[in-house]
Amino acid sequence: MRIGEAVVMGSEGLDALLTTLIELGYETRGPVVRDGAIMPGPVREVADLPVGTHDVQAPGRYGLEQSDDDTVFAWAVGPGSWKAEFFPPSQELWHSTVDGESVTTTTPDLDMPPLAIVGARPCELAALAVLDRVLLDGAFPDPRYAARRDGTFLVTAECGSPAATCFCTSMGTGPGADSGFDLALTELNDDDGHRFVVRIGSDRGAEVLAAVPVSEVTAADLAARDRVLSSSGDLIDRRLETRGLADLLARNLEHPRWDEVADRCLACGNCTLVCPTCFCSDVSDTTDLTGDVHRQRTWASCFDLDHSHLHGGPVRSSTSSRYRQWLTHKLSTWWDQFDTSGCVGCGRCIAWCPVGIDLTEEAAAIRETDGAVRSLSTAPGRAR
Amino acid sequence: MTPIPHRIVSRRAETGDVTTLSLVPASGRPLGFVPGQFNMLTAYGVGEVAISVSSSPREVGPLQHTVRDVGPVTRALCRASTGDVIGVRGPFGTPWAVDAAPTSTGDTVVVAGGIGIAPLRGAIDDLVHRPDTDGGRVFIVAGARQPEQIIFAGDLEAWERAGAVVAVTVDLGSPGWLGHVGLVTSVFDAIAFEPAESSALVCGPEIMMRLTARALVGRGVDPERIRVALERNMQCGVGWCGHCQLGPFLLCRDGPVLPYAGAVSHLLSERER
Amino acid sequence: MTTPVAQLVASHPLLEGLPGDAVAQVAGCARNVAFAPGELLLGEGDPADTLFLVRRGLVAIEIHAPNRGSIVVETVSAGGVVGWSWLFPPYHWQFDARAVGPVGAIAMDAACLRAKADADDALGHQLMARLAAVLLERLQATRIRLLDLYGTNSGHPGEDQRARVD
Repeated sequence: MRIGEAVVMGSEGLDALLTTLIELGYETRGPVVRDGAIMPGPVREVADLPVGTHDVQAPGRYGLEQSDDDTVFAWAVGPGSWKAEFFPPSQELWHSTVDGESVTTTTPDLDMPPLAIVGARPCELAALAVLDRVLLDGAFPDPRYAARRDGTFLVTAECGSPAATCFCTSMGTGPGADSGFDLALTELNDDDGHRFVVRIGSDRGAEVLAAVPVSEVTAADLAARDRVLSSSGDLIDRRLETRGLADLLARNLEHPRWDEVADRCLACGNCTLVCPTCFCSDVSDTTDLTGDVHRQRTWASCFDLDHSHLHGGPVRSSTSSRYRQWLTHKLSTWWDQFDTSGCVGCGRCIAWCPVGIDLTEEAAAIRETDGAVRSLSTAPGRAR
Repeated sequence: MTPIPHRIVSRRAETGDVTTLSLVPASGRPLGFVPGQFNMLTAYGVGEVAISVSSSPREVGPLQHTVRDVGPVTRALCRASTGDVIGVRGPFGTPWAVDAAPTSTGDTVVVAGGIGIAPLRGAIDDLVHRPDTDGGRVFIVAGARQPEQIIFAGDLEAWERAGAVVAVTVDLGSPGWLGHVGLVTSVFDAIAFEPAESSALVCGPEIMMRLTARALVGRGVDPERIRVALERNMQCGVGWCGHCQLGPFLLCRDGPVLPYAGAVSHLLSERER
Repeated sequence: MTTPVAQLVASHPLLEGLPGDAVAQVAGCARNVAFAPGELLLGEGDPADTLFLVRRGLVAIEIHAPNRGSIVVETVSAGGVVGWSWLFPPYHWQFDARAVGPVGAIAMDAACLRAKADADDALGHQLMARLAAVLLERLQATRIRLLDLYGTNSGHPGEDQRARVD
């Protein structure tokens, strides 16, 4: 078996794949049902995966439904992205013992077992590629991220059940996966039975798959896969027009829409927490009772007032300003900074926004009235 | 991300709230830097701040940082004693790159406001002692609140002796002050630089940089040859934390020194809401 | 060698580029003057009768207070203009203007200037426009100084961005 080739495995094959990865020493993680949502978690067998679970999503809405069918990946995305595996919500960067003129600094042990993720969506692979650019490919790679990312075995589950909030087709990140995986699964559950088309994306993927019972892929299997992906694509009706989008937003910084969306936005930061690419962090020092100093890095949100704090006060004091920062960064200046979009179209920020703000709608509204400028007479002093 | 412990070998009070710390590594080789770059300084147990290097590459000796006491971390740094150990990470960010000045025949105008002279000190020292200037002169305009708050007064005199044209202006004169009183831009007429061939380095409060850059452009200086040092909240220095974003820039990575032309001139005019 | 006053007038930034006949007209109001260090160019409350075009040196605009002595509010250097109160009644100086060091200036008789401007609309407009440009620059600079940019709450490079308790 070689890169680019496809085979078929039954659902027992998925169990065998997990077992093989565990035997090879991988820490195996995948989607699990936890706290009423599909979240990243430890996965040792198919039964750990969200079998028969479906998600229902809409702006400001997320819920799970359970059915009797045995499909494993018939859901879209949950609130917990794979970001947290590599860039934890909170991590200690170092701690130091300061004794007079002597400072002893200890950094955390970055020796972790290799990670295998089974069931990441194509849009999530795209998100990891975006995060790689930010935290890995710059002049100062993040060691914790690099250590965790190094040798990660990625099994993607192509998307047959997009949610109403999804727009990966606009961002070119789904519903199928082109690259960035070791193995790509397409779940088929039709008259020919429950099975997975497995495509090989790396030599390591081929090696791992060698220990898994598979059979030759048939033309019917491949046609069925095509049907799944094309019907999936057809189901996705949310659109984000990306043509000229970065420039559109860059030239509409004074658009009245920023103030309008700020009337609804709670500045809660949910969108940044569920976003698989948002990477901002705070760095803070604490001292424990022994006098040791701990430096902590925690997820931060550009919706926090303190995020832009400069001596004298925050630079972005209004919600309007902070929403503008978030959206223009995601869809416009991310290109300047990292030569890619910061958005992969997973739709999490739409579903998990308490008031259902939809970035595709905001971008479309600005496009529709490109060049509109807010009235300066009402602008100053509109504290939000 | 781990600070290197440095010992404070001397400290000098520049003004009431500004202190220069001279640092040597507790062990190992001293950190290098290019003027304009900054280090992240850790007051152990208090926190970390981004502070520009204020020593000159020409000086053989400890690394210097000039810190203004404005918050818990800077206060801890300013109050630290000789012999105390602080952490240093860096250097980070873009330099003034005086060597790469588009023209060495033209004049260089350095405009510093308040503690904005600290990140410029090494660059000025380089410029003033540049061996081969082909006739390009150095003009230094330094603004301060009051005569007592002029930072590096001794350096300004030394640079003047070395051939630079130095104009210091204050917002508020005090008895015995015989120099300029007014905005930095108000002394441009008094110093006879040749705008068309000039390069400019500007550092100070953002409003001051914005107005200074506009005034220089208004006099005919090419915006491409004006560099400004921008500042936003910086928590990592290495492009991870996202706090220092200004439009397309991550200032710790793409800045702090940037050309005024293009994006920066727009961004400085762009209002946050 | 003495430089004719008209040439001095024409080379001062305020009047630079003024047509030759206009220069000739205003030069009729001008004389070349010099001040020793500490000497007053004009004094608060005195009749405002002169426009000074500074050619050399530094002039301090001052106001005095009983407990603080003379407070310098602004300095004007070579190329600058001193004296505005002659423009409008009641024609009394509002501030002192003192030579910080040796100062060379062109003193323009105010009544003479006003008369020429009144007699020749085009010249009057030219003069007023040029004076207004200087006034605007001064007004804007003054506004910026009101911000106290180098004060304690202004934000500078090298400062503590996470200061929240000060």
